[in-house]
Amino acid sequence: MSFMFWILAALTIAGGLAAVLLKNLVHCALAVTVAFAGLALLFLQLDAQFAGFAQILVYIGAVAILVVFAILLTRGSETPKKEIGVFSRTWLAGLVVAAALFAVLSWAVLQSAGGLSQDDAAPTVSVLQIGQALMGRYVLPLEIVALLLTAATIGAVIVAMHEKEDSK
Amino acid sequence: MQEKADQIFILLRDWLVGFLPASWQTAAGVLLGVVAIIAVFPGLFALTTVLERKGIARIQNRLGPNRVGPFGILQPIADAIKSLTKEDVVPLTADHAVHFLAPVVLVIVVFMGFAVLPVGRNMQLVDMDSSLLFYFAMGASGEVSIFMAGWSSRNKYSLLGAMRAVAQMISYEVPLLLSSVVIVMITGSLSLVKIVEAQNQYTWGLPHWYIFTPWGCAAFLMYAISATAETNRSPFDLPEGESELVAGYFTEYSGFKFALFFLAEYLAMFSISGLGTTLFLGGWSAPFAFLGWVPSWIWFFSKVMMSIVVMIWVRGTLPRLRQDQLMNFAWKFVLPMTLLNLMVAALWRFMGEGWLRWVVCSAILIVAYVIAGRIGMRREHLGPRTYRYAE
Amino acid sequence: MTPLAGYLLVAALLFAIGLAGALTRRNAILVLIGIELMLNAANLNLIAFWRYGPHPEALTGMMFAIFSIAVAAAEAAVGLGLVISIYRHAQTTDLDQMNRMKG
Repeated sequence: MSFMFWILAALTIAGGLAAVLLKNLVHCALAVTVAFAGLALLFLQLDAQFAGFAQILVYIGAVAILVVFAILLTRGSETPKKEIGVFSRTWLAGLVVAAALFAVLSWAVLQSAGGLSQDDAAPTVSVLQIGQALMGRYVLPLEIVALLLTAATIGAVIVAMHEKEDSK
Repeated sequence: MQEKADQIFILLRDWLVGFLPASWQTAAGVLLGVVAIIAVFPGLFALTTVLERKGIARIQNRLGPNRVGPFGILQPIADAIKSLTKEDVVPLTADHAVHFLAPVVLVIVVFMGFAVLPVGRNMQLVDMDSSLLFYFAMGASGEVSIFMAGWSSRNKYSLLGAMRAVAQMISYEVPLLLSSVVIVMITGSLSLVKIVEAQNQYTWGLPHWYIFTPWGCAAFLMYAISATAETNRSPFDLPEGESELVAGYFTEYSGFKFALFFLAEYLAMFSISGLGTTLFLGGWSAPFAFLGWVPSWIWFFSKVMMSIVVMIWVRGTLPRLRQDQLMNFAWKFVLPMTLLNLMVAALWRFMGEGWLRWVVCSAILIVAYVIAGRIGMRREHLGPRTYRYAE
Repeated sequence: MTPLAGYLLVAALLFAIGLAGALTRRNAILVLIGIELMLNAANLNLIAFWRYGPHPEALTGMMFAIFSIAVAAAEAAVGLGLVISIYRHAQTTDLDQMNRMKG
């Protein structure tokens, strides 16, 4: 396993852990941005250039900023009250479920580690091939995603809009 | 002889790298390229600060800085000494880690954008298949650092300035991408090197630059507007307007960190002008075929400096737009025009050679511009003022 | 441990962290952050299998990951719009206090 992989994996996991453990919400949002960046670098390590750059452009350039705007619009940047804390009442159940899930997944991965293919031949994929695939084999998902994005845009605006009757 | 002058930096790099053992050569070559970028563009930044201050001063009928050197040329050195020796004041309640990291992240991200610009023939740092996408990914990452700067200062004005800057940047990012997508569609590649090579052909002595086509001209105008807004330059500089918001998101920064923000803003201006030159103005190709003997990097830098001069000129001439006027302009005028431009470019591509496609495409674009200008940008009838309080 | 197993373990760990975050935190926005982490972990899984799997030239894994990124962005937008709308109604984003159906 290469040295670069361990560094990037450590960066991503550290970002993810910080995102769910920190008390200050804006710090959590910035930590999840670090996790997104680490993941983009892992994609680049896996020779998926288009997916890596699309990950930076969409997640860091749009989703992280959306999260930050939502935190500011819902006054999340104030410090939480001491007696309530930031974790829910049922935190133990959630932690147990997540730990059990990780145990099952890692057992499955390590059990089948021998049967997974070992060749390291990097596939050379050009943007031309991606474009041809998108317009050829995957044109139906492309059109459906376009419809979905339009519906999501209009829906998000309508859901978050001020209702005109109340604010008179 | 012309080949040597054109490729002089490549030959210099190969000669320097030849002294090292073979396994270190590619890494050393890349490292030399990085050092060259870090040396050249901040040097150009120093020259541009003087140019801007003198230029804007002359437009405003006054002299600019004229004490430090002959005609004030050595002013950047005085500015550098000042900003390096100033005390670094950080507010007590500021978030120290985020406050420190914001200018660092911004400068890193802006420098990364320079890696894919083809400065001359064979003179780009990396040649990737999807280099345009990489450039826009780096541009999008800069917005997070602006938010970090504004929020960590714990200052109402900083936060307001940062929110306005981020909203403006994400609004104008969509027309920026769409006007570049037109070029990608016609060229058939996301690689900036191939885009420049596609423009390096000459018909009757005139080049095939994309700005000389109807859709290219419209796309260039939309790109220029969006680029000015992306880098928070006047007339879109409300986030950093001195008379409205103290200094916007870098109010609480002083000394070297402020210099880093200033550097990042000008470097972003260079890099987006460089991209505009590459996409629309032919990159490093000469304007006429008989001028091909001039080295390619001279053409690139002249075009970039011309774009910078136009940006400075626009700053000195136009008044500042209000935030809602700015966003209105983006979503109601620039974005529909870029979408229409995409369709006009597709029509151009499939209409075949000849004069008809020029007439049809130009007519569609001009009619759309007049209609969109009249309907989209109509001033609303002002009624009695209503207030909406923040909840 | 093969490289593929390494990537799959990182993805599984990130998924578990995202799930823990979504299930244990009070604030609604952190639940959404956890969901985004889970989606990202699934994307990593897809790309790892595309790279080390039998037919990388078919581009299936990469296409799936790209569509997943697009859908996740749309879902984040709608989810955050919902959180803002709920905040405007209930004046809080604390999920432990939203335990009634009455509006």
